[in-house]
Amino acid sequence: MKRTSVAIVIALVAVFAIAGGWRRHASASSPTGAEQVIHLTAKKFEYTPNEITVKKGVPVVLEITSLDRDHGFKVPEFGLRADVKPGETTRVRLVPDRIGRFEFRCDVFCGSGHEDMAGEIVVVD
Amino acid sequence: MTRHLDRREFIQLAGLTTAGIAGVVFSSGLRGVSLAAEKGKTEDFMFLQMSDLHWGFTGPAINPNADVTLDKAIAHVNALSRQPDFIVFTGDLTHTTDDADERRKRLVHVRDAVGKLKVKSQRYLAGEHDASLDRAEAFKESFGETHYTFDHKGVHFIALDNVSDPQGKLGDDQIQWLRADLAKHDKETPIVVLTHRPLFDLAPDWDWATSDGAAAIEALMPYEYVTVFYGHIHQEHHHMTGHIPHHAAKGLMFALPAPHSVPKKMPIPWDAANPYRGLGFRTVQAKAGSDDLALAELAVETV
Repeated sequence: MKRTSVAIVIALVAVFAIAGGWRRHASASSPTGAEQVIHLTAKKFEYTPNEITVKKGVPVVLEITSLDRDHGFKVPEFGLRADVKPGETTRVRLVPDRIGRFEFRCDVFCGSGHEDMAGEIVVVD
Repeated sequence: MTRHLDRREFIQLAGLTTAGIAGVVFSSGLRGVSLAAEKGKTEDFMFLQMSDLHWGFTGPAINPNADVTLDKAIAHVNALSRQPDFIVFTGDLTHTTDDADERRKRLVHVRDAVGKLKVKSQRYLAGEHDASLDRAEAFKESFGETHYTFDHKGVHFIALDNVSDPQGKLGDDQIQWLRADLAKHDKETPIVVLTHRPLFDLAPDWDWATSDGAAAIEALMPYEYVTVFYGHIHQEHHHMTGHIPHHAAKGLMFALPAPHSVPKKMPIPWDAANPYRGLGFRTVQAKAGSDDLALAELAVETV
């Protein structure tokens, strides 16, 4: 049953990623109270997914890998930042303490388009 | 020797003769020049700030004259009846490219172009477009070191590099270097700091900040007469951190919107009815015996 849920989530992520013009969206489901794990990839000049939905108060770990070069991952409103390097998995732990939409962005200059490399964490009740 | 601008020169410096595109002139305290003048340490002088040339940028909707804008600006500067003592370029001389060879070509092109300026005393800072992809390796080949000091007629100039580190920070070593340099000067020395990014948090979510800029400002704060000039934001902007004024210059390739004035930062489209609007450069005049620093905003000529 759990495998089926994960497969559905992955399929949904893939559908949103393929659909042009839509934000690439991910919301990880997990047993109540358990730590969510959400995978992101970074490449010039985008994160996939670029919208992540999480629940207030539920710990989440973002596992980020780079597909091309050095990037950064910064969520100013939660005081988070990390380097994202090719060949490594960067883990960023977050316990969202307020609802809202919070921007994350690359803070390692990666070329023309760097300033557009951003996404949002959506925290819901 | 004191030399006052006559009315014609003043108007020209103000850019009021430029085909209906008026510049803005106002004064801002260049703090300490009058005090230093009383001690016989300063003289009148004028320097010019050019910023964000972005040579290599293409985008007809943003600047259809991208290939000639720099030449126009250089011709305008060369036509000024009073030439500045020196010219500072506060970064982003080129537009970024992943191709290292192309980056070098662009930097060499700019070096050759600014070589046509009458004023040969020039100082260069890198921007993130020049330096962040290779930690200024190519930039240094054409323009030399990225942080340094120099003195001119009683004013101490400090050029800081907040772009070679791709995270847009100065780094501990440079901050230590800054502190060591400042320690050699008394607290009443007139100091001008040149940077590319703002040292303060103008709009961090727009990448308009230096992540460790607060450390530099803290180091500068004990000094009574400090003024900061920077680029990066492609518009005139003035801000105070305590007693320290920070002045951003317009760019020479495209204009950007005021901080947080639009949901998403994007270059301002070209206005065919007002070509070159929002583009320009500035002169900075220090007058011995006065605490006023005259900034004159000049538009790129339209003819």
